[in-house]
Amino acid sequence: MSQQHHIILPEGSIEKATTTLNLGPTHPATHGVFQNILELDGERIVSADQTVGYIHRAFEKIAEHRNLYQITTLTDRLNYCSGPLNNMGWHLTCEKLLNVKTPKRVDYLRVIIMELARISDHLICNSIVGVDSGAFTGFLYVMQYRELIYEIYDEICGSRITTNIGRIGGFERDFNDIAFTKIQKFIDEYPAVLKEFENLFNRNRIFVDRLVGAGPISAERALNYGFTGPNLRAAGVDYDVRVVAPYASYDEFDFTVPIGTTGDCYDRFLVRNQEMWQSLSIIKQAMNKLADLKGKDATVFHADVPEYYLPEKQDVYTKMEQMIWHFKIIYGEINMPKGEVYHSIEAANGELGYYLISDGGRSPYRLHFRRPCFIYYQAFEELVKDGLLSDAVIVMSSLNLIAGEMDA
Amino acid sequence: MNLFLLTIDWWFIIEKLVLIAVIVSLCLIIAMYETYGERKVAAYIQDRIGPDRAGPFGILQPLADGGKLFFKEEIIPNASSKYLFVLGPTLAMITALLTSAVIPWGTSLEIGGRTVGLQVADINIGVLYIFAVVSVGVYGIMIGAWSSNNKFSLLSGLRAASQMISYELAMGLALIAVLMMSGSLQMSVIVNKQMAGALGGFGGWNIWYQPLGFLVFFTCALAECNRTPFDLPEAESELNFGYHQEYSSMKLGFYLFAEYINMFMSCILMSTLFLGGYDIPFVNETNLAAQIGQNWVALLSFLSLLAKAFFLVFVFMWIRWTVPRFRFDQLMHLGWKKLIPLALANMLITAALILWLNK
Repeated sequence: MSQQHHIILPEGSIEKATTTLNLGPTHPATHGVFQNILELDGERIVSADQTVGYIHRAFEKIAEHRNLYQITTLTDRLNYCSGPLNNMGWHLTCEKLLNVKTPKRVDYLRVIIMELARISDHLICNSIVGVDSGAFTGFLYVMQYRELIYEIYDEICGSRITTNIGRIGGFERDFNDIAFTKIQKFIDEYPAVLKEFENLFNRNRIFVDRLVGAGPISAERALNYGFTGPNLRAAGVDYDVRVVAPYASYDEFDFTVPIGTTGDCYDRFLVRNQEMWQSLSIIKQAMNKLADLKGKDATVFHADVPEYYLPEKQDVYTKMEQMIWHFKIIYGEINMPKGEVYHSIEAANGELGYYLISDGGRSPYRLHFRRPCFIYYQAFEELVKDGLLSDAVIVMSSLNLIAGEMDA
Repeated sequence: MNLFLLTIDWWFIIEKLVLIAVIVSLCLIIAMYETYGERKVAAYIQDRIGPDRAGPFGILQPLADGGKLFFKEEIIPNASSKYLFVLGPTLAMITALLTSAVIPWGTSLEIGGRTVGLQVADINIGVLYIFAVVSVGVYGIMIGAWSSNNKFSLLSGLRAASQMISYELAMGLALIAVLMMSGSLQMSVIVNKQMAGALGGFGGWNIWYQPLGFLVFFTCALAECNRTPFDLPEAESELNFGYHQEYSSMKLGFYLFAEYINMFMSCILMSTLFLGGYDIPFVNETNLAAQIGQNWVALLSFLSLLAKAFFLVFVFMWIRWTVPRFRFDQLMHLGWKKLIPLALANMLITAALILWLNK
């Protein structure tokens, strides 16, 4: 990527005043597998060369041989810290292609799930910034509450990390009462913990000194790279897909988009913290909106898409129509409409886009994932250049570089 | 020849040998249980339970850990310099244990009419001796780091060397003020001087006269022990545990052990220099000895020293599990631009006050 900056001298040459250090692919700070070849002058970084592809799983190619509903499981494995968000983004893309209108209740339930996932992603990212700067305790404080979020997923879909949550058109089944109790418990208990977490870090002198000025990026450079999400907002651009192109009824919700000024690690940290507060407020609003729904609207949990939504099991055994749909869905014998759609959502890490081209076959002709991490990582050299080795580690964690999303 | 043997005070040699054995094993046991304490304190701070499987409350955990380390496979990297690779942890361990020689552990015992001092060597340059030994300690880390032939280790070794040297300066300067007040480098004199203070010795503790000095000394002690926020040589998230990255088995254990012994010894040293050593606060030891006997007082004073040291050890752990670590340039900035001027100012003020009050 940056071969032209690289100082290349034969190993052992006396003119070679710099050291080459491999930060990765298996380094505790990479949180996944990707490689940074740093050229160090003492501890100062002269140049950095990024390598991705260590866990490339060819998801885009695999998706070309799968039905729409089978691709959901691939999206889980992009950003595995917030799998449900990826699932929702994919379902929304499919619904855009199939032209499905979801009921309000489905939108609100989706908003709850998406915001929970955003919280779980942000809390991991921010606490990992703490771990990488040497403060382990804050990580465990909030980690307990990620567990509560996972219990909520567990209640809704039966799994925790790679959730495969939801279906095209809505949810596989309605949320049960335990799930709602757990969501309520989470939004009641989490603010105190988040407050404690902020108390531990936000004004901790050592922490602030470490983060302020580490890996800054100007709004202009960030836009040129194609930054989105918290990392762009930290640089001072109030771009949020939830606001500029609302989906899943986000236009009905009242929330603010926090922005930073300098785009350094500290701003990114604060923006993420603030977004967690906003997410909590959105979940509360969604819960209230759910309570306000009346009649049939208050029980529906999926749209009517017989081609893609599996019918009730007892109907499959007793009704002809349902049995046929069941068979066709399971065997993947449904041709999707011809078309080309791009849909993006505000994932925890930035704008997660799905570009889907269908030639009318049973599986996509081409599917491209716009993974925000991959784009952030291009700026890595610019962010860490002239910084110290410790800065590189902090920058990596505060950009929230997740190998699964980077490689797809 | 026989006459020469007769002139030797055999009891003296035996009592010193016993004392050395006791103190060394005490240091080792305390270092073992410090690892347990650290894990329990961390667990408490982090809202966890900590080790609780081996024995009641997990108190056999250090034994299990030690046993595990002994039985682990010994790996010496091919690219390393074998001799130095073994020398590194050995040196770290030896220097860590050597410090204990000049510490006065308590008032003297009386056994069979003999007065047995609880100090291995009451040399008149005790403080200098400790500084000399601690300075050698950094070689253990440097040699280990360098001989591993690993870039992360090398970086860690460089960090350790510059950190130790910078912080030793501020530490020494902070100490000079204490030495001015005591007028001696001898550890027993420093302690006795404090014990002579008001309120049964409590008012004589150097910390009341040298609060700034204590603060600087404490900070530097954290840095000397490579504890957070100064754990740059280990920096698990940056350098993969730095200098002991290539070590396995008990050689790794030696490094870890040496760190805990160092931590204990520096807390003992701080207690001795600033917190009145083995002085029992609000109690006149001579009067107490007349009432309950000299040996009981020795025991109590020893426990008093341990209590002070353990409190400081707890503070070390508390700090470790609360704050992040510095960046390298910030570490140097703190050491050279803040602590050394502070220590110098403290020294000058102390000197001026001593001159003024003694005039």
